[in-house]
Amino acid sequence: MWDGIGDFLAMGGYAGYVWGSYGVTAAVLLLEGVLLGRRRRRAHALLQRRTRRAAAGSQSKGGNER
Amino acid sequence: MSSRSVPWLKFTAPANFYALAQRLTPWLWAGAALLCLAALYIGFFVAPAEAHQGESYRILYIHVATAWMGMFLYLLMALYGGIYLVWRIKMADIMARSIAPTGALMTFLSLWTGALWGAPTWGTFWVWDARLTSTLVLLFLFLGYIALHGAADDREKGGRAASLLAVIGAINVPIIYFSVDWWYNLHQGSSVIRADGPSMAPSMLTAMLLMIAGIWLYSAAVVLRRAQVEALEREPRSEWAQAAAAGRMTRTQRELAAAESVREHTSQEEGQA
Repeated sequence: MWDGIGDFLAMGGYAGYVWGSYGVTAAVLLLEGVLLGRRRRRAHALLQRRTRRAAAGSQSKGGNER
Repeated sequence: MSSRSVPWLKFTAPANFYALAQRLTPWLWAGAALLCLAALYIGFFVAPAEAHQGESYRILYIHVATAWMGMFLYLLMALYGGIYLVWRIKMADIMARSIAPTGALMTFLSLWTGALWGAPTWGTFWVWDARLTSTLVLLFLFLGYIALHGAADDREKGGRAASLLAVIGAINVPIIYFSVDWWYNLHQGSSVIRADGPSMAPSMLTAMLLMIAGIWLYSAAVVLRRAQVEALEREPRSEWAQAAAAGRMTRTQRELAAAESVREHTSQEEGQA
């Protein structure tokens, strides 16, 4: 149905409109995923630091008893 | 309000919700990718050019999918906002807050793709007709919800104010949907949902429905993921959140946390009475 890749990319003269639509959509969804991933890693890291600090606290208490 | 009598109430406890979302999201991501790829394949390599618009009509696959999603997400956000206002269920506020950014993105994309389709088809990127204007209002409602939620020092106060805005703003969604029938519009009427059946070629319709389903699953995945993070951020001192962040929340931890959520909610209700 398309006469080679050049014909496909040209989109019957509407290349800017069609690829501008799909390109921006892909970029926006990708950005949403990346930002959310970063926020998730940050939240996890914060909680894990807290866990380690709590564990270290209980360990030092055990050390005093010895 | 025992969590045993009404099964879904179980997921009003953030720990239970977290575990459920953890199980669902990988499947939602995979489904979204699969459906969107299938939609793109059929939309670009099977469906023929359109008689009047040529190839530019292919923008409509993503335009219709994101426009529907924006409206649907708004109604869902308003529903959760309403639940939060009436029953003060924290998880409902977490859900509404997690829907807002994706709803705003979908609405932005529908406006953007609509402009790029309108330029060659109508000869203009933008007109102040009823549907375009009410869709712009929808974008501002999402952004207003986000701003209002973060504006108050107290998260509960901000959540309540934003939820109220979400519920009142829901009136805009039927206005968008029926605007093409109610007013004279440059925007065309519906071609999928019609009394006489869809008015397009079967391959075009298939691509459009696949894209709608794909965007639906994408939104579900990203909203659930965001709600998980939001739940962790709101309970940084709880044992379940710390275990969940490390990827090893046990069943006992989850059940203890759920029981604690129920106690917290009950005492809060008694405090108000």
